[in-house]
Amino acid sequence: MTNIGVIISMVFIFGGLLAIMIYSLRGKDIDRRIIFLFVFISVATSVIFNVEFKEYPTVIVKKVFDKIESLPPGSKVLISFDFDPAMKPEVFPMANAFVRHCLVKGHKIYLMTIWATGQALMNETVETVIKEEFPDAVYGEDYVTLGFKAGGVGVLNVIITDFRKMYPTDEHGTSLDSIPLFAEVKSAKDLDLVLPIGGGQPGPKEWILFIGDPGDVPIAPGLAAVVAPLIYPYYPKQAIGLLGGVKGAAEYESLLRQVYPQFQDVPAPALRMMGPQTMAHIVIMAFIVIGNITYFRSRRRGAE
Amino acid sequence: MKKQIPILITATVGTVLVLSVFFPPAKMLGEDFSLFFDIIAVFAFFLGGGNLVRVHFIKVYRRKSDWVYSVVTLVGFTMMLASGLFKLGGPPGISGSVTADGSYLNTMFIHIIAPLSSTMYALLAFFVASASYRAFRAKNREATILLIAAFVILLGRTPLGMMATGWVWESLSIFQIPNLAVWVMNVPNLAGQRSILIGVGLGVVAMSLRLILGMDRTYLGGDND
Repeated sequence: MTNIGVIISMVFIFGGLLAIMIYSLRGKDIDRRIIFLFVFISVATSVIFNVEFKEYPTVIVKKVFDKIESLPPGSKVLISFDFDPAMKPEVFPMANAFVRHCLVKGHKIYLMTIWATGQALMNETVETVIKEEFPDAVYGEDYVTLGFKAGGVGVLNVIITDFRKMYPTDEHGTSLDSIPLFAEVKSAKDLDLVLPIGGGQPGPKEWILFIGDPGDVPIAPGLAAVVAPLIYPYYPKQAIGLLGGVKGAAEYESLLRQVYPQFQDVPAPALRMMGPQTMAHIVIMAFIVIGNITYFRSRRRGAE
Repeated sequence: MKKQIPILITATVGTVLVLSVFFPPAKMLGEDFSLFFDIIAVFAFFLGGGNLVRVHFIKVYRRKSDWVYSVVTLVGFTMMLASGLFKLGGPPGISGSVTADGSYLNTMFIHIIAPLSSTMYALLAFFVASASYRAFRAKNREATILLIAAFVILLGRTPLGMMATGWVWESLSIFQIPNLAVWVMNVPNLAGQRSILIGVGLGVVAMSLRLILGMDRTYLGGDND
């Protein structure tokens, strides 16, 4: 049934695009509502019929994966949820994949956010990933949630020298001095890896500038697709690798499934989203071609 | 005095923060100033919230155009504020978390704000498609280069890129579309971004100096005198 649905949808989409391409030979622009309709159908079809593609991890994503793999068990990894619900579909899968990977490797994870909107999303990860998939993980010994503090880069500027000045307690009001995970951690310099996830300001770039550089702490950011090009100048020295958009998250999920077969059945939202994204890209490329046909035809007619 | 005191604070804090990077004795003071900043930043929430209520209340009171939307804003703001301040539905007490499971604030955030924000963001796909159709046209040499780069990135950001060019020999793997996409990001994009970053960095230094020396006073509100 699914296959028939996919075939019918593809015939409709590609048939429609072909018809529009032929129409564009007249040199007339098409209504933008037609473009909207095709984007809608291509995305909806992929979501409804669960169209999935095989992912091929790129070097830049593999480097992040390999870094977490190479750290000895018990390493201290900080994950910062610096995003809002608008970015959630793109970057939340990265956060969950990082948490899974760190916990399965036996690393200690520190969760925090410098975005007010990040705290609820951080807690969602705790409830849906840590507590459900890793019931043996102990709060304070395997993971800790620091919550949100206002101040943006000011927060980073303080935790690079002393966590306790900015966070006297964790999210639940427990003194950091009584949390085992902080027994050997005074500042962000004591961390083995920082994984800032986001796409705004303050965000991964500020983590590189205020924590990575002065503290000599490896940074591997997870980014919304629109800001990924802005972080490339920091790769590979200041950012050891990076995950860009849904594609980066999907590559990471695919690597996680390859290396740890126990994650085959856990949700992989980024891999699922790559179907709709791929179809949308095909439609956009088709319309770029159509736009150029229209342009050249209309220019030729003008010349005649 | 209304202007001299803020200028003096700016000059002192700015100078100490710059010195704290280069001279270790000033480091402690720099940390303290960062901490002061974080405390002051909390008050921005009061200012922001107060301003939002004032602007929308006036709009509703004077029945300005689209005042109905302001009612929605005020109702939403009041609901979120009340559920957070009084910890409705969640664990009570001073240490009870406002984002605990079951709290009204958390429920509204996860089930209303999150899907609405994601929906608004997702609508971008439609406008990107429409804009690409109109903008990416091979009108001249530069536009053609941009068009080719866009095609490489669009294909490279999907598994189709590897499906289409995965057969290319290992020695020529740079010509596989995903690798070409990485090259576009890593070479031309990198060069452009770095030059912008250096320019911005120099601009920030110049602007900071103007602020510290009191030459730029626009942050005090309006005129530059």
